[in-house]
Amino acid sequence: MASTFSQLFHRSARALTRNLEHRHRIQTAMSRYYAQRDQMRSRFADWQSARIAAGDIKYEAINRMDQYLVEFSDRISARGAKVFWASTGLEARDYIAAVARAGKVRCIVKSKTMTGEEIHLAQALEKEGYQVVESDLGEFIVQLRQEAPYHIVFPAMHLNRKEISDIFHEKLGSSPTNSPEELTLIARQALRKLYCEAEMGISGVNFAVAETGMISITENEGNARLSTALPRIHVAIVGIEKIIPKVADLALLLPMLATAGTGQPLTGYNTLIGGPRQRGETDGPEEMHVILLDNNRTSLLADPEQRDALHCIRCGACLNVCPIYKNIGGHSYGTTYQGPIGSVITPHLRGLQSWKHLSSASSLCGACTETCPVRIDLHHHLLQNRRNAVRQKPAFGEQFIYRLFGFVMQRPFLYRWAAPLNRIMLPLHRKIQNTFLDPARAWTQSRDLPPAPPQSFKEIWRNRNGQR
Amino acid sequence: MASDSRSRILARIREALQEVAPPRHLDPHGGHPRTPPSPEDRSHWLPPVPAGWEDRIKLFAENLLALKAEWLPCHSPEELTVNLQQLAASSEWTWIGTHALSFGQEALNSLSLPKLRTDLPFAPHELEQCSVGITNCECLVAQTGSVLISSTKSGGRALSVLPPHHVVIAHKSQLVPDLVEAFNFLQAQYGENLPTYLSFITGPSRTGDIERILVLGAHGPKRLSILFANY
Repeated sequence: MASTFSQLFHRSARALTRNLEHRHRIQTAMSRYYAQRDQMRSRFADWQSARIAAGDIKYEAINRMDQYLVEFSDRISARGAKVFWASTGLEARDYIAAVARAGKVRCIVKSKTMTGEEIHLAQALEKEGYQVVESDLGEFIVQLRQEAPYHIVFPAMHLNRKEISDIFHEKLGSSPTNSPEELTLIARQALRKLYCEAEMGISGVNFAVAETGMISITENEGNARLSTALPRIHVAIVGIEKIIPKVADLALLLPMLATAGTGQPLTGYNTLIGGPRQRGETDGPEEMHVILLDNNRTSLLADPEQRDALHCIRCGACLNVCPIYKNIGGHSYGTTYQGPIGSVITPHLRGLQSWKHLSSASSLCGACTETCPVRIDLHHHLLQNRRNAVRQKPAFGEQFIYRLFGFVMQRPFLYRWAAPLNRIMLPLHRKIQNTFLDPARAWTQSRDLPPAPPQSFKEIWRNRNGQR
Repeated sequence: MASDSRSRILARIREALQEVAPPRHLDPHGGHPRTPPSPEDRSHWLPPVPAGWEDRIKLFAENLLALKAEWLPCHSPEELTVNLQQLAASSEWTWIGTHALSFGQEALNSLSLPKLRTDLPFAPHELEQCSVGITNCECLVAQTGSVLISSTKSGGRALSVLPPHHVVIAHKSQLVPDLVEAFNFLQAQYGENLPTYLSFITGPSRTGDIERILVLGAHGPKRLSILFANY
């Protein structure tokens, strides 16, 4: 029988938590990030007010999403882009495949798009016979290894230079090296020609600006600029929650995304594209297609309590501070979006019952909420998911135990009779602890129960008063 | 089919939005209730920029150096020409990608190397062979050390990213304090009809994808040089 998502999650989480080498790598990478992030945050005159404002910008956008999407779509269409509204991943994939067929495409260069990952776009296009090449260095590496991205911002964070050199040697025939510069150069050379040869470029979108009908793409490497400027056809995939009202909102959102995401003042390239090549222009794609993707975002929108999860700008800051993420790693989640934000939204996007276990894998420490640049109430949303999951499908065993507990606690004579049972039951339990006979095994296999006290509090109290 | 999908998605959004979500700053979990700051304050929250002209130029130059871009101030048209010639010689350029410059054309003309114009029809694979792309820009942002290029002012979309070296020739009047002012400048200049392509370039192309170690020249230019006409 195939394992459930929950079983796969537990298996992987258990293995990776015990893998010290893995933890060391993640912690080294994160400590570099923390230092840079803190330095950039401290440059802000008022980071906390900036967070409130950024949250308010996204609140306005999400709560008038229909108006802003229409405005965006009308404006970018007026400059010749074709806008396709896709309810599901399947609709989006079919449309893009049809565009590729009509354009006689053979090779596609893809820059980073988590929304594309979400709908398994690259795999679908490869199945149709197109050559699809990831151009972001991290994505390029994990594509060669046939892995999913490990992190929404740093896809190859779990690998060291040796492993990267090995996969380049195996797949590209390059000579082994342990220099990050040389490894980067190998990828650069492998992709250089493809930008000019590919007929189609696919990109994600960080913000869709309603006011001017432009998409904003944030990157460091230049691969998104090359993939969107040189091929004949540009396809941009936009989750509908990426909408923002005004172009000037970017003055705040771009530096905040860079600060929270990578600890930079601004990422290398923040590009705004408002359409394909216009009359009088000498370069840029002849065709531009913008896919506005729902894929269950509207069901998250319909939950006013958790609607602010759509404010997310995918900076990855909550992953970087999450004690769960840092121990179990990105792949354990088994989702496109990992970490706290992934645990919050995946149940909405892919079904609460299959993904509720993610909301339980949390210490509820609130580090995610505290760091989020748009102030999404992440850790409370994890609690709400737990509540909703139980409401939808009550756990009768647990319910019975809590009812019984409540019943006993409300009746002092029962409590007085039941409490001393502890002294008999606990030593008995110790004999079966962490064996298949143990009913509380899930809890006790990594925890010790305290020994039963020889006297209850009441007995101690009575004895003391008696002595006086 | 497509318009169907559009009206279905819009209908779902409108239905979903019937119940209003509480703004986050009023949320009991969100800390102390407070009124949201007004949009006019944005400049006040971002990293501060000094008021004086010389200080702004200094901040811009410092940011460029931190980003590992090259800062070449020029105090006269002659110095601009000399700096460009020295750059051409030391970098051993063989073929220059460029466009009709609105500023610095004389300096460019003084280089006797072959030139590929990208504001005239051109072949991308030829631009890929160029050693450098020389462009103008819309403005420079002191706060972040960024150069804002556009398809209109900077020779299209590819010129500033495809060759391995990007040289920007800018005038000091193009320096704006922060991103807020950069967007104000764009709207004053173009109104609602912004150029189809704009890019804030902040340092040379970079990546941290291997062990989070900074490497320059991932896919775009390995070098970014700013020739700044301070006259």
